[in-house]
Amino acid sequence: MGYFLQQLINGLTLGMIYGLIAIGYTLVYGIIGMINFAHGEIFMIGAFISIITFLVLGLIGLGWVPLALLIVLLATMLLTSVYGWALERVAYRPLRHSPRLAALITAIGMSIFLQNYVQLLQGARVKPMQPVISGSFRMLREGDFVVNLSYLQILIIVLTVTLMAVFTLVIGRTALGRAQRACQQDLGMAALLGIDVDRTISLTFIIGAALASVAGLMFLLNYGVIDFYIGFLAGIKAFTAAVLGGIGSLPGAMLGGLLIGLIEAFWSAYFTVEYKDVAAFSILVLVLIFRPTGLLGKPDIEKV
Amino acid sequence: MATQELRAPRKLDYAMLFKEAGAVAAVVFALTLSLVGFRTTDVPGGIDILLRFDDVFAATLLAFLGRAALILLREGRLLPVLLTVLPFGLALAALLFYDLSVPTQDRLVRFLPFASLVVNWLLAIFALIIAGRAAWGIWHASSRKGAVQREETMDRIGARVQQAARLLGPLLLGVAIVLPFLPYVDRRLLDIAILVATYIMLGWGLNIVVGLAGLLDLGYVAFYAVGAYSYALLATHFDLGFWICLPFAGIMAAFAGILLGFPVLRLRGDYLAIVTLGFGEMVRIILLNWYKFTNGPDGISGIPRPSFFGLPFTANPPEGTQSFHSFFGVEYASIDRIIFLYYLILALALVTNIFTLRIRTLPVGRAWEALREDETACRSLGINPRNTKLTAFAIGAMFAGFGGSFFATRLGFISPESFTFIESAIILAIVVLGGMGSQIGVVFAAILLIGLPEFFRELQQYRMLAFGAAMVTIMIWRPRGLLAHREPTIRMFPKGAPAEEQK
Repeated sequence: MGYFLQQLINGLTLGMIYGLIAIGYTLVYGIIGMINFAHGEIFMIGAFISIITFLVLGLIGLGWVPLALLIVLLATMLLTSVYGWALERVAYRPLRHSPRLAALITAIGMSIFLQNYVQLLQGARVKPMQPVISGSFRMLREGDFVVNLSYLQILIIVLTVTLMAVFTLVIGRTALGRAQRACQQDLGMAALLGIDVDRTISLTFIIGAALASVAGLMFLLNYGVIDFYIGFLAGIKAFTAAVLGGIGSLPGAMLGGLLIGLIEAFWSAYFTVEYKDVAAFSILVLVLIFRPTGLLGKPDIEKV
Repeated sequence: MATQELRAPRKLDYAMLFKEAGAVAAVVFALTLSLVGFRTTDVPGGIDILLRFDDVFAATLLAFLGRAALILLREGRLLPVLLTVLPFGLALAALLFYDLSVPTQDRLVRFLPFASLVVNWLLAIFALIIAGRAAWGIWHASSRKGAVQREETMDRIGARVQQAARLLGPLLLGVAIVLPFLPYVDRRLLDIAILVATYIMLGWGLNIVVGLAGLLDLGYVAFYAVGAYSYALLATHFDLGFWICLPFAGIMAAFAGILLGFPVLRLRGDYLAIVTLGFGEMVRIILLNWYKFTNGPDGISGIPRPSFFGLPFTANPPEGTQSFHSFFGVEYASIDRIIFLYYLILALALVTNIFTLRIRTLPVGRAWEALREDETACRSLGINPRNTKLTAFAIGAMFAGFGGSFFATRLGFISPESFTFIESAIILAIVVLGGMGSQIGVVFAAILLIGLPEFFRELQQYRMLAFGAAMVTIMIWRPRGLLAHREPTIRMFPKGAPAEEQK
């Protein structure tokens, strides 16, 4: 029971990270119907900007953890969203009316480019970081086994829930959210009704990148090591999460992320660690075969 | 120059110029500040930060100047831009190439504008690109129609190349056949040729799946891996020769294709791409972790080399047997084996090509192309989409399997490292960049993407960076591929028949 509870906590924390990345996939797919393959790389860049900001703050001697965290959070969100914006502007906008395959190839090319860009600049070795937040909250004791909820996990959960709340408000209540939902329904009609489609799409990429960068920061804090290759697997798993939840659906992305996180945690705990990625991919295949619209997705009506 | 004067350049709006160029420079500054300005370096016991603001400054300045030059081009100031940028770009490029060819101590580093070699290269390339655009604009006397005109020109070139393929094909083939015996062809060039031919073969194999049947497969490398491991395991465990294993490897890969394809081929487009990607990764992870069977990350070594119909390429054959050179009574030369490998992959590639060209005209090939265009219509005409797709998937996989066993026998060693997603992406890029469904396009794309970077081994570390950038640039420039001109495989009426007849 204690072991189960511990895995549940670990899985939920991991799932929140995947969920935040998955939102970026689902938003972009909802509006322009393409898989932003380079989104995993944006997450990786967010993690790198976080570690750089931490190191710089350490050098100038800013030691108070809450303030440092806040600065890192804002810096990574701001700078990573520039990458998200530039990605759309440079690689995707010229191809908006091209065959979908062209956009996917560009996305893969961008992904390769960004990976090698970071590798060249920052080195290929893994980057370790001292834990910033230590200590934990003892929940349950069962013989020798103690169930811990670390302060870091609390932070991840609180931060994700807060971001999700803000994000839901933005989508549901603001003019930007309305424009976004209109674009999702019908891009051409939205443009005719005076919505600045280019601006809306740009903002979508900025929001997606900002959320992914927070996921990158959490990944860095949670695992303590990053390298230039983390974006690939995390990106695929987050995409799996988006598909699992029903691509285009925002609550679906979060739900899918949590499920993928839980599956991964339980699979590693009760079966084999080596095949945890296979488990995630198998889930993707199974979902697509038996419920192609995902858990919360709307059925896609095919017109002839 | 007469036409130039018709469009007298407008008065330059300097405020607009500074605003636009400044905005681009600001974005580049924000992009580079973090990842370029602060470098994490490995020190014992952790990492440290190295400040490189000079590079950030250089990038920002370059972005500003580059954007300003482009704005000037747009405003019709072609000649001044060309005259300032071209000599500069040429001089810089010449200097950089000179530095590449001489030993380190003789390099003229102090003449270079920036400390970082990469920045200098980028500067030279950008300068030449801008000069090229200016020259193009002057040549056509209108920089405005440039994009449309270029697209039309490229389409015409594409169509012409396709028509010329009848002539060009045999010509290229002739060059390919005599290549090992041409002067200046050494071991290194031959190795590159073998590599390019391997990718051409894989590209042609994938072209069946992507180009003809329209199934986006991002996990093609899985079948390549299955072929390579089939050959390696059969050869090392059962002591079978290359020629016996080759068909087996193909069958195994085709079987894997059917096995993987069966559940997922109902899916369309992007979904299929991601699922095949997942399968590709699954195969790699299984190869990595199934230690008893595949030897895990250590890989399989000691894979036998191919023999010339039973005659091995060894200097000293065991007593009582003959090797290639003793049988034919020629002097032993180590390059013989390389030449043989080259012809082997050339033959395999040609088989793939001829097979594809022939099967396109058969009912199943026509069904593939019909399915690519409209699945719903095909279904209503009585074509079974799943079986048709499965044949394409299996046949594509079979050729990947052949390619895989060639890969294994060439290197004599395989490990899961060689079968990462990036390989799938490279093969797919070759197919798509060449123009989907175009056989000759695959050849050009493979030479461009695989052969060209091999010559710049000195810039090894920037190879993949340039590869990614090239993929993006070519796609933006030609979204349908370099030689995207599609001729119908069959026609109801002969080409050029009067319009009334066609009704």
